[in-house]
Amino acid sequence: MRSLLAKVAPWGARGSNQKNLALRAFLRRRSAVLGAALVVINVLIAIGATPIARVDPQVLDVKARLAPPTAQHWFGTDHVGRDAWSRVIHGARLSMIVGGSVVALSFVGGVVFGVLGGYFRNLDNVLMRVMDGLMAFPGIILAIAMMASLGPSVLNVIVALGVVYVPRVARIVRGSVLVIRETPYVEAARALGIGDGRIIARHVLPNCMSPVIVQGTFIFAAAVLGEAALSFLGVGVPPQIPSWGNVLAEGRSYLQQAPWLTLFPGAAIMASILGLNLFGDGLRDLLDPKLRGVQGSGRES
Amino acid sequence: MTAYVVRRLIAVLPVMLVVATVSFVLIRLAPGDPASVIAGPYASAEDIAQMQRALGLDQPLPVQLVKWWGRLARGDLGDSIFLRRPVIEAILERLEPTLLLTGWSMLVAVLVGIPVGVLSARYHNTVLDQSFMALALLGLSVPNFLLGLLMILCFGVWLGWLPVAGYATLETGIWPNLRSLIMPALALGLVQSALIARITRSSMLDVLREQYILSGRSKGLSERTVIYKHALKNAIIPTLTVIGITFALLVGGAVVIETVFNIPGLGRLIISAVLRRDYPVVQGVVLLIAVTYTAINLLVDLAYLAIDPRIRFR
Repeated sequence: MRSLLAKVAPWGARGSNQKNLALRAFLRRRSAVLGAALVVINVLIAIGATPIARVDPQVLDVKARLAPPTAQHWFGTDHVGRDAWSRVIHGARLSMIVGGSVVALSFVGGVVFGVLGGYFRNLDNVLMRVMDGLMAFPGIILAIAMMASLGPSVLNVIVALGVVYVPRVARIVRGSVLVIRETPYVEAARALGIGDGRIIARHVLPNCMSPVIVQGTFIFAAAVLGEAALSFLGVGVPPQIPSWGNVLAEGRSYLQQAPWLTLFPGAAIMASILGLNLFGDGLRDLLDPKLRGVQGSGRES
Repeated sequence: MTAYVVRRLIAVLPVMLVVATVSFVLIRLAPGDPASVIAGPYASAEDIAQMQRALGLDQPLPVQLVKWWGRLARGDLGDSIFLRRPVIEAILERLEPTLLLTGWSMLVAVLVGIPVGVLSARYHNTVLDQSFMALALLGLSVPNFLLGLLMILCFGVWLGWLPVAGYATLETGIWPNLRSLIMPALALGLVQSALIARITRSSMLDVLREQYILSGRSKGLSERTVIYKHALKNAIIPTLTVIGITFALLVGGAVVIETVFNIPGLGRLIISAVLRRDYPVVQGVVLLIAVTYTAINLLVDLAYLAIDPRIRFR
């Protein structure tokens, strides 16, 4: 976390003293620490999913179909006798993979388009109109429509959700770039005859990252929710792959006989999103105090 | 002021053009030829060629795109492949439940969100404020479909108060209709009210720090007048913006919630169309939602004019 904070600290706060101050301010917020802890737990579960799950998520225990939670099946079993604990744990791994990849994809796309639009003013109009057009679709609707042509797979879910969040990142980056390109140090760099590419890489990019990184935690949360919703609807990852959305979709048919198939994965989603939201709120208060309380937690999709 | 309205209206045009283009391109993302997907795995090469001609897919892409724009300008969304009827008819048939669900959820979101936000700001840093904000954070962390499932479990399965799923049309009477929409509207609206409450609270807190609030208080206005007459009116602008965003989230959420509660609305229509690869229907529903969303955002922008005279002079 220390290295992350160091990377995202705004200008001037780069000294090790300020770095410690920032870290201490973050640690003083109990909710932020709780959020960070939940995120770390989630990541650890995702990494160690195979041993933690104890059994293969695809293995059928035919004698124990729709079995309630027992010492053998901690979260019970589903309608074909698969271990729900194992499926929820592997679902955590999938959520982390999807969330992380969507954030990476939307960062790359958003930074490229945002910098192009903000720095090269003649591209700006066209690029931003395209971004506006993409943002005219409610996120989940755009993702569903893309899944219609792409077909169900983990990679396609990542692509569909990534495309949804590219314009959101691009807008933030563009906003920062518009301010940074007018600063005296960029002017000085230009006066020294430094090329655009180098100015962007060395001066513009590092200074526009902190709001983007704050937004990243919320995009991560929204992507986890988005994947769960798409899979729940049957247009996300294929049904045999354990994902929280798939487990909930299968559990929905057995809500009466086997409520544990809804309650446990539901609790997992909530803990994961709550952690990301708390962590994101803490990070934002730290890096971007003027946005405090204004932006919702990853729900502007 | 007229100039502002005209400027906003003109600004919508390029967005609409992009929206129409995106919905055209979406379908072309499909690997392989849509015609062969539509014709099915057992179609002969001749069938596929015929399907291509029927869909106009044999023409160059720019020509197809311009034709698509032209058809849209005339309000023609094409025919459904599976239902074998105009897309617009299928949409109109499924509109009622989605409209009602979105409307009720919006009402829930606003009627819960704004008072919670105002009270939190008024009693800033008290137990009330903290518990409201903790609840709001929880609300932001529950996916709406999960809240729907939990409500079904609680009020439908365990307590038996409300129907577990299904939809009673308006024709069957207002009460059965309402009963079938209570849980879905609450599941959708409560989750959204969290966002509205957070925004209302923070903009109220900002406004309460203003000088005119201080002078209102010092000239002896009651706290009630200060909060509801002077502060809330000024704090409502960011909330209005969020209500525009909320609409998008509600429509997106309605698509998911309809699956949870088996409501035959636009959401079921688009999901079944995706599963059948009925591209014109997907395209039509997506387009309709995007156009509506853009229109709502335009209305929200224009509503600022009515509320905030400062904008008129810009």
